[in-house]
Amino acid sequence: MSEVKTKALVRATDLAKTFDVSAPWLNRVLEGQPKMLLRAVDGVSFEIEKGKTLALVGESGCGKSTVARLLVGLYEPTRGGFEFDGEDAHAAFKTPEGRKLRRRIQMIFQDPYASLNPRWTVEDIIAEPLREHEILSDEAAVKERVGELLKSVGLSPLDMVKFPHQFSGGQRQRISIARALATHPEFLVCDEPTSALDVSVQAQVLNIMKDLQRQQGLTYLFISHNLAVVRHVSDQVGVMYLGRLVELADKHTLFDTPRHPYTRMLLDAIPKMHDTGKARTPVSGEVPNPLNPPSGCAFHPRCPHANARCSSERPQIQAIAGVKVACHAVEEGRI
Amino acid sequence: MAFSLQQGPFFVKSMLFRWLDSDVGHSFRTSPTAILAAVIAAICLFCAVFAPWVAPHNPFDLTTLELSNARLPPAWSEGGNTSFFLGTDDQGRDILSALMYGARISLAVGMASVILSVFVGVAFGLLAGFLGGWIDAVLMRLCDVMLSFPAILVALLIAGVGRALFPNAHESLAFGVLIISISLTGWVQYARTVRGSTLVERHKEYVQAARVTGVAPLRIMRKHVLPNVMGPVLVLATIQVATAIITEATLSFLGVGAPPTSPSLGTLIRVGNDYLFSGEWWITIFPGLMLVLIALSVNLLGDWLRDALNPRLR
Amino acid sequence: MSLLQVKNLVVEFPGRRGTLRALDDVSFEIAPGEILGVVGESGAGKSLTGASIIGLLEPPGRVASGQILLEGERIDGLPYEQMRKIRGRKIGAIFQDPLTSLNPLYSVGRQLIETITTHLPVTPAEARQRAIQLLKDTGIPAAEQRIDHYPHQFSGGMRQRVVIALALAAEPKLIVADEPTTALDVSIQAQIITLLKTICKERGAAVMLITHDMGVIAETCDRVAVMYAGRVAEIGPVHEVINHPAHPYTAGLMACIPDMTQDRENLHQIDGAMPRLNAIPQGCAFNPRCERVFDKCGQARPDLMHAGATQAACWLHDNKVAA
Repeated sequence: MSEVKTKALVRATDLAKTFDVSAPWLNRVLEGQPKMLLRAVDGVSFEIEKGKTLALVGESGCGKSTVARLLVGLYEPTRGGFEFDGEDAHAAFKTPEGRKLRRRIQMIFQDPYASLNPRWTVEDIIAEPLREHEILSDEAAVKERVGELLKSVGLSPLDMVKFPHQFSGGQRQRISIARALATHPEFLVCDEPTSALDVSVQAQVLNIMKDLQRQQGLTYLFISHNLAVVRHVSDQVGVMYLGRLVELADKHTLFDTPRHPYTRMLLDAIPKMHDTGKARTPVSGEVPNPLNPPSGCAFHPRCPHANARCSSERPQIQAIAGVKVACHAVEEGRI
Repeated sequence: MAFSLQQGPFFVKSMLFRWLDSDVGHSFRTSPTAILAAVIAAICLFCAVFAPWVAPHNPFDLTTLELSNARLPPAWSEGGNTSFFLGTDDQGRDILSALMYGARISLAVGMASVILSVFVGVAFGLLAGFLGGWIDAVLMRLCDVMLSFPAILVALLIAGVGRALFPNAHESLAFGVLIISISLTGWVQYARTVRGSTLVERHKEYVQAARVTGVAPLRIMRKHVLPNVMGPVLVLATIQVATAIITEATLSFLGVGAPPTSPSLGTLIRVGNDYLFSGEWWITIFPGLMLVLIALSVNLLGDWLRDALNPRLR
Repeated sequence: MSLLQVKNLVVEFPGRRGTLRALDDVSFEIAPGEILGVVGESGAGKSLTGASIIGLLEPPGRVASGQILLEGERIDGLPYEQMRKIRGRKIGAIFQDPLTSLNPLYSVGRQLIETITTHLPVTPAEARQRAIQLLKDTGIPAAEQRIDHYPHQFSGGMRQRVVIALALAAEPKLIVADEPTTALDVSIQAQIITLLKTICKERGAAVMLITHDMGVIAETCDRVAVMYAGRVAEIGPVHEVINHPAHPYTAGLMACIPDMTQDRENLHQIDGAMPRLNAIPQGCAFNPRCERVFDKCGQARPDLMHAGATQAACWLHDNKVAA
């Protein structure tokens, strides 16, 4: 990537988050157990330009959901941070002005059944950000805005008096989108928004999200484990493994010529609907325990190209042929 | 049906709507036990609330008592008098009327102590579950300490201390002490239940969505989490009313509960106990039966409520 | 002769607001050693079909009419004891969540040995040897040691392998697998479906694979049945159904799935949603959402009819003869 600093809307620098999952203090003292630290995210850096979509993919335990939560201020980073529109976001979140930032960054969650309060009407759910930030003063204006938002996601304004349980999964996800858009945000973090939905419903929701992005110039961070969906929605793709970013490239480059062995393995492992007769490289092993990650490169126990350096030295992410990869074998030109 | 959730205690209204929802209502309509229990409880409640108007006599109005009416057996036995349907006690007080007035005291004390327990327990449980950390640890240890004391002993202690501090206390103070002593051990189960539910709800995505929007934690607790954790609390509270009434009866029986000038069912049982072996069984048995009836019907209602709410309200 | 025949199966849920028909006249067959995929979206009834076959339909659901025949004998409506003997010996089951499929209190070996000795006339020592061999066949390393481990000592993918071993322990002829890979990571998923395919072919066990993932179906199955609103919309050889779908719903479904090979601005979508069980339209259940709907669709319900290389329940293929 060129070193010219384009004005990225979101710039994450060396983001890291470690969770303390040790046993309670008394147990530790009596049983002599060590402190256990979970490095959910271990040094992730990326940039997203305005109006574009960055997708983060990876399997369970790779830390992509933690990155999502770091970017909306649900977690505090243990190291590093991110800038939003030029200013340090986490510092801003702590100040009273930080509330303005919360209007500009919003989130859509994975589970359509848990992301809406079952006891609130749809109107109250969507209007909450409006009322919280006191954007519209009188109730009539709020109702009107809620009606508009419902229409923009393909639902009827008459639905605002209903409760979430009266809607299907796909419709609930649309209500979540409407809620996220209430404050006219610029940046939306989407944590597996269609993973819990059926294929046909997923198509509807993804189409709405794309249309809204075009109409309102939204920037998305799209988290998913489904590479086909990612291919459809993203401009740039980042592949994560055990809390680290192993490859970051624009969509076409990543899917046509994946560099990192893990990316190749992932692409190979996807069950394909067409040309199923092709032989595949055998996939070996499982994702290691994040509490006890392998030394050096986290992927080396499963990598067909690992050598001695891979088990001792952690690869740094480097720009190689227009793609950012963290792999010794790629760096050394072995693959 | 459109209704505004901004007015009033919206969670109560929405809970009510949920209950009258056909599933639960249907479960009620098809359960003979629940209907019977509800009818009995309603009758007792009615008698208790409207005692001054419904009772045939006022047994605590000294001007209406006549010692010549003392120790009359129930109307259907030899020597009974129909105007004293269930007989009279040693001072000529009509048992039936005394039952109604006594139930009044018992129910009032029972419900007041449950309301107090719920209030304190839910608040503590919410705080402990939502804020976690040392607040959670302190509150839960407090719960553990409270649970290690037997409820009656705590009540006896508080009541005793109360009497010692305020020997010439006004009646209402005595009741206040009684209510506090009963609710003091009752709050713990609400705190624990609510804490458990809060821990689950806290990680749900609608709470996280509220946090992303920037809603303050106390507001999230009150408006988002509270309505979703109240289900089990209401079941517990219903069953606890019965326990509270019995606890109050026990305390009154032991002499540290309701004052003799406004006796509760427990006091009546105690008073009547002395006459049990001289053959005047009605003075103690009828208050006892009334107590059983109230406790049983409330318990059955609570059981039904728990089963009706459980599989559907998840 | 078919191993499993499902004929006009109707499953109903009597409720106080009327009876809901969850499965409406479902018919299909599975040949010995064949892998049949049953695919559909939520609410289509695919899991219910599997549950009816295993005999684990939750009350108040019940088989209202129709027949389920295993090796020519009826197994629907059998009393509990008889069904229990069939389960495990003739039919094995694999469910979605490997965490809850295994009893956490018993070692893996004990659960395997118990299943083997219940259904096969072998001594415990022989059963143990078979169990170790099963674990080896399902790709669990150090099987001789791991046989005595508890479920929590295995990772998710390993646990699913143990579940597959358990399903195969009594050498059943048919395995009903309900979303066996949905809860697993993509790389593990690939391993498990390869395993399932090879081990079942080796042992000649037929598989009824229930899933919503067409990619898994494409890789694993010989034939596939597409379900919609409690009915079978299309059934046929896997590659025919995927590449030349005859039913408009199947065609729409294939078009919705984001494709790894092309870039499209917007995905094709099927407007509307699957109807609820208490609001199934008159005639063909898909007709309100169908792009090729015509008069007859709303009047009469189509049965499965020959449509090229597959069978589809669609009036468009009326009067066509089998290829």
